[in-house]
Amino acid sequence: MASSSSFIANKKDLGVSAFSSTSSPFSIPKCRKSISKKIVSVMAPQQSERKPATTGSVKIAMTMTEKILARASEKPQLSPGENVWVNVDTLMTHDVCGPGSIGIFKREFGDNAKVWDREKIVIIPDHYIFTTDERANRNVDILRDFCLEQNIKYFYDIKDLSNFKVNPDYKGVCHVALAQEGHCRPGEVLLGTDSHTCTAGAFGQFATGIGNTDAGFVLGTGKLLLKVPPTLRFVMDGEMPDYLLAKDLILQIIGEISVSGATYKSMEFVGTTVESLNMEERMTLCSMVVEAGGRMGLSLLIALLSSTLRIRHLCPMNQFIVISKQGFQMCFGLMIAILFSPSVYEIDRLRLLLYSLLVETTRREAVGFALVVIYVFLASRFLSEYRLDISKLEPLVAKPHSPDNRALARECKDVKIDRVYIGSCTGGKTEDFMAAAKVFLASGKKVKVPTFLVPATQKVWMDVYSLPVPGSGGKTCSQIFEEAGCDTPASPTCGACLGGPKDTYARMNEPMVCVSTTNRNFPGRMGHKEGQIYLASPYTAAASALTGYVTDPREFLQ
Amino acid sequence: MKTLVCLINCRLEIFAVHFDVDVAFCTRYRTVTFPTSRCCLDAWAMKLWAKPNVRFEYPKPPLHSSTTHHQNPWLPRAAAPRPTRLRHSLTAESTNATTFHGICYVVGDNIDTDQIIPAEYLTLVPSNPAEYEKLGSYALIGLPASYETRFIEPNEMKTKYSIVIGGDNFGCGSSREHAPVALGAAGVAAVVAESYARIFFRNSVATGEIYPLESEVRICEECKTGDVVTIELAESRLINHTTGKEYKLKPIGDAGPVIEAGGIFAYARKTGMIPSQSC
Repeated sequence: MASSSSFIANKKDLGVSAFSSTSSPFSIPKCRKSISKKIVSVMAPQQSERKPATTGSVKIAMTMTEKILARASEKPQLSPGENVWVNVDTLMTHDVCGPGSIGIFKREFGDNAKVWDREKIVIIPDHYIFTTDERANRNVDILRDFCLEQNIKYFYDIKDLSNFKVNPDYKGVCHVALAQEGHCRPGEVLLGTDSHTCTAGAFGQFATGIGNTDAGFVLGTGKLLLKVPPTLRFVMDGEMPDYLLAKDLILQIIGEISVSGATYKSMEFVGTTVESLNMEERMTLCSMVVEAGGRMGLSLLIALLSSTLRIRHLCPMNQFIVISKQGFQMCFGLMIAILFSPSVYEIDRLRLLLYSLLVETTRREAVGFALVVIYVFLASRFLSEYRLDISKLEPLVAKPHSPDNRALARECKDVKIDRVYIGSCTGGKTEDFMAAAKVFLASGKKVKVPTFLVPATQKVWMDVYSLPVPGSGGKTCSQIFEEAGCDTPASPTCGACLGGPKDTYARMNEPMVCVSTTNRNFPGRMGHKEGQIYLASPYTAAASALTGYVTDPREFLQ
Repeated sequence: MKTLVCLINCRLEIFAVHFDVDVAFCTRYRTVTFPTSRCCLDAWAMKLWAKPNVRFEYPKPPLHSSTTHHQNPWLPRAAAPRPTRLRHSLTAESTNATTFHGICYVVGDNIDTDQIIPAEYLTLVPSNPAEYEKLGSYALIGLPASYETRFIEPNEMKTKYSIVIGGDNFGCGSSREHAPVALGAAGVAAVVAESYARIFFRNSVATGEIYPLESEVRICEECKTGDVVTIELAESRLINHTTGKEYKLKPIGDAGPVIEAGGIFAYARKTGMIPSQSC
């Protein structure tokens, strides 16, 4: 990339003071006046049609959702309710909806049509893989034919169904695979043919689920007509107790606003509690946004920003640079906003972090990105704000048959269960298995009901077999699970979260009661219409497995 | 491409669009081609929504494979009959097209996509005509046993209920397009619900399979399965002939232009976002 000369603004044009890239580290100015002397503005390459005054970002702050869509639709200003044509950065599809989308693509654009960009499509077979169902296997073949024909770059294929390990490309659950392979990049627009695409909002991008027709449209054009959603803000403060996980937080929120409480809206998660969550926990938080009807969930985190920049496998740097070029365009507003905004607690922390970011990395791209993200906190408009005090929260479950049928786990302790399922994009990531292992370790006993473990991806499966659990003296999750008497961790796939073909592992083929870490518990979700599913966090699920009843994990963790 | 939009004060007050070039639009395997002369978009749009109980017999092409077929069955055929001066036939067809008439099936709140089409049937690909019909035969099969009347009788492929009346948050859950497609394939013309989940609503509009209407009051509590109802789009109302009551429906809102165009593809072609299909 070019030298830092473009980093220095033309002060005359902008009339703002700016950051200096050569300022001494940790010199945090105490008053605004000293800031204005030392900092040099950051500026994007001037674009003739976008003078600072017309970007609108100087005048009215937009929420992160609106800003991402504004960038993607090349408009300076957006307000909720507008329908705009948005440039899609990544389209994801899988084996259930992929063939349908491909059929529509060919029908509308012609048999010989080419996709809009072979590098922006990610095809991940994950739903019905390890089954003898012919149509399911045929669907994966349809995806393969299409990818060969269109030369799709990212196709995580599986050929040998008997052993997932011999398929080097195969990943597993699409949403976790997207994150692991670096397709989730902040500030971008990710569309997927699966409702839980909103999981990627944890990375600060606009990610939402679409249907086959819309996906067929995106395949051909790379654009989609989207309605800008208003934003609901959830401020979660308080120290997260060690018996709670992000699943409890989102169950609390869905219980508050009901399954249609966030319809057509975007949910934004901020606050000190969210800051303390790691990325996988935030993915869990965002993945159930769609259960509240939400368009997308966002968790933006300044404190984690610096570590995110360093996590190479999450953000391949070459694509990172592309985002922050766009990020520069929003820097005007940022500078003015930071300087002229009222002195709010957040702003001082943001300034602190901004300086520390400058110190940690001299890459201006990284700073640009930081500035984009920071901007969201400043005076943007929200539809409504909910404040939660997490320190008072208790472990929750969602009783059948709705994700908003929330109840305290200890109140359900008379509910006898028949099995426990730990898996899916919401509850089958490495951290989730670590959490379950922690409970099994703390108790030291065996489980009383069949416990099914389905890692989300190959990488999660390997982590379960290789990473040591803290406090166990070097034991891996798999060893702890084996000692507790759980089933062997199965092949990574969506599995029984949504039922699937009758021979799916852990599918509910008779009416029974199951505690699961999945995301929905509507009638028939895991297979049988009369099956009762209690949604819970991995802690609660593991605790329930140990007693045979729905159990509050505090019985084992304290 | 020059487009001239003019208002025609016909008794249905619908816009007509003049196209300068051929526009071919395929929806639900039905190919409609326009002559380069004037055409009537409204009548064409209404043709899409009119749901005669008789379905066109489409050729059943083999599932697409890059090696087997020589001729793409999905592309519109040049020999397809072209409708001439539709405006003359406007009066005859329009009376059927802006109204939906039939018996209704009433469901409750929060009917999620797993109840509309359980996940085990998702291996059926909707863009394949044979599997499309099969998908229709499984519509609403996931409803719990508390619903005594089955939506589709056993061994039937179609339903006799052409209107579904729902409660709050109809279609919540997954983004699977199989849900509105299954309802449409089963023979449902319109759904009247108190509110919709956004992905389901969007999919209904994009596919054109069912017409999603919102009601002002909770019609699901006042109507019973088997009531004969008529929905009049022009007047935005639902008439229950069995109870004799009339209900107001909400206007379609932002989705209106997309529905009127005939789905997201037609809307995109109309607004110039994508080039029109050439035969």
